[in-house]
Amino acid sequence: MTPGTKRRDARAFWLFVGPFLIGLAVFAYLPIGWSAYLSFFDARNTVTPTQFVGLDNYGHMLTDEPFLASLGTFSVFAVFIVPLTFVLSLALALGVDQLRFARAFFRSVFFLPFACSYVVASLIWKTSLFSGVRYGLANTVLGLFGVDPVAWTGTVHPPLYWIVLVTARLWLQLGFYMILFIAALQRIPRHLYEAAWLDGAKPGWQVFRYITLPQLRATAVAVLLLNLINAYQAFDEFYNIMGDSRGYPPFARPPLVYLYYTSLGSGGQDLGRGSAGAVILALIIALVTLLQGRVFRFGRAS
Amino acid sequence: MQQRNRRSFLALAGMGALATACGSNTGRQGTPPPSTAYSAGPPPSDTPKVTLQQWYHAYGEDGVQDAVKRYAATYPGATVDVQWNPGDYDSKIVTALQNSKVPDVFEAQVKIDWVRQNQVVSLDDVIAPVKDDFSPAVLATQTVEGKVYGIPQAADTQVLFYRKSLLQAAGVQPPQTVDELIDAAAKLTKDGVKGLFAGNDGGVGVFTGPLLWSAGLDYLKNGNREVGFDDPRAATALAKLHTLNANGSLLLGAPADWSDPGAFIDGLAAMQWTGLWAVPKIRDAFDDDFGVLPFPRLDGTGAPSVPVGAYGAMVNAKSAHVAEAKAFVKWLWVDQTQDQLEFATKFGFHVPARQSLVGRADSLKSGPAADAARFVKENGHLVGGPVWTQQSNTALSDAVAKIAKEGADPVAQTKTAVEVAKAELKRLFG
Repeated sequence: MTPGTKRRDARAFWLFVGPFLIGLAVFAYLPIGWSAYLSFFDARNTVTPTQFVGLDNYGHMLTDEPFLASLGTFSVFAVFIVPLTFVLSLALALGVDQLRFARAFFRSVFFLPFACSYVVASLIWKTSLFSGVRYGLANTVLGLFGVDPVAWTGTVHPPLYWIVLVTARLWLQLGFYMILFIAALQRIPRHLYEAAWLDGAKPGWQVFRYITLPQLRATAVAVLLLNLINAYQAFDEFYNIMGDSRGYPPFARPPLVYLYYTSLGSGGQDLGRGSAGAVILALIIALVTLLQGRVFRFGRAS
Repeated sequence: MQQRNRRSFLALAGMGALATACGSNTGRQGTPPPSTAYSAGPPPSDTPKVTLQQWYHAYGEDGVQDAVKRYAATYPGATVDVQWNPGDYDSKIVTALQNSKVPDVFEAQVKIDWVRQNQVVSLDDVIAPVKDDFSPAVLATQTVEGKVYGIPQAADTQVLFYRKSLLQAAGVQPPQTVDELIDAAAKLTKDGVKGLFAGNDGGVGVFTGPLLWSAGLDYLKNGNREVGFDDPRAATALAKLHTLNANGSLLLGAPADWSDPGAFIDGLAAMQWTGLWAVPKIRDAFDDDFGVLPFPRLDGTGAPSVPVGAYGAMVNAKSAHVAEAKAFVKWLWVDQTQDQLEFATKFGFHVPARQSLVGRADSLKSGPAADAARFVKENGHLVGGPVWTQQSNTALSDAVAKIAKEGADPVAQTKTAVEVAKAELKRLFG
């Protein structure tokens, strides 16, 4: 390779990668750094604070009942959504992958919701499917069985709003994880199945348990990690389904929604405490991700 | 994402709005106060005009946008660019005020933190000639520690709408106390119709203030220096919302929230708490088969109430043209009374911010609208106010939600909110 070629390659590299790096620096790293800076200041209604408060904002957020409750909300959500998404997307992948006809069609059908805006989906879920009046779709179905209309998002005992939140996210993201699993399934060497067959393994559960599942381990761990991180970062469907123009109820309020109201709430912006909460949340996500990766031995050879 | 409109912005800040200006007026009227920067008036015609950026949130009524643009276009002292802002306007304003010179003029309700951060300028000199013309409750929405930071553009209020025929059929009298309201809501709940609609959050958002006022309490008291609901009666009043939520008489999960009269018009509820702006649609649907009431009193020592709010025209302290912006605000919101009247009453039902204009508003002279205008005068209360911070509001709102929806202990929850509000007052006033 001549020096000229190297220079051309370098130019091409920076031409294509440079804009993205600049975007990343300006819109990701700079705000993250600035947010960390703000977290040590009394930054009410200002992004250029002068009053250094040390770790006060962290102390406040770590003893702030609504923030701690929001972490609890996330935990409940994660308990529902992570295993459900994992099992259902894997089941969908297995089902679609074994189809002998219209496989592409069903793959597209299940993947399409992923392209839908969370905001649009949330509004459809809130106002059409799970509307509390008698002509909401869910209530129409219940009405056929003589059941009175149910206020899905407004009923706390039992917490029916979880049905709305969880189903909305499942519909939105199952297809994406299904595609990941399908890609992983198609990478499993056929000869493994043939060898298993020759060794007398029974088709079905036995093959799935001892051949398919171990081969999916890397993808499965990635799906779990992504799922968990996404659950931590839940915002759109919660904000649009549970919130209204006056604010947001204390139940089913995940961390990002609470931090949004703290940092950017109309009328007053406490960017110091909001930033401290964001840093705490980022650290929790990093810690949990590392632990989860270690437990599942993510990244190591099978 | 919520689209803020002329009805729902009340939701967030708990206030109403209105705007003004005039088409044919050629300039300012009267003699400006001598000591103010803007008192020099519009520049001579040979001086290049400055350009002012003016922001509004997206009003829902047809015609408002054209009207405010027309008002701005006829201002002789500057070129005024009107920006219409759909979406989360209040957050956008708060963000813009932090380091931006834009907008020069905008509508909002002042918050004490904006004043402490020197983000807005006092308009005492602008409002001085007509200050007494504003009702105290409306002016209070824009006043921090005795200084006025916004010229109220129009006032909105919320009232209890009820179907006369449905109450008559159920043998229910229009409720005068909170217990009567609960009883009426229960009796009116039948045949697929709920007794009352007060928002999909079960009244948490709209009834918190009225419940405090019903017991003779408030958000803050003593010149905003003390918590106004540090009182056992607060827990008693707020606990009533749990009764309403628990007995199945509230409509929940309606397609549109409390600010839209859709649920009431569609016959989903016999009574609805919504804004005065809903009168035209409700009259179209029911003719005269409806009435309006203030929120009832808790008991003999309480009082009926309606919330009052108003967006005010404010000036960004970081504007490069503060003097010119103040001159424009004075021209538009102090001098141009005919346009203020049009802004308040032509595009929907709102109460002019100035008392002298209320009597000139034909739409407020009879029927439920006249009743509501009277309620504003006799029973109007400010929701929260400039010193009521987001932190305090979240704490109280959470407490009321837990009491109403989860049946949490009202005394303990109220105390929690009181402590947060006290801490906020300590932060602000030491």
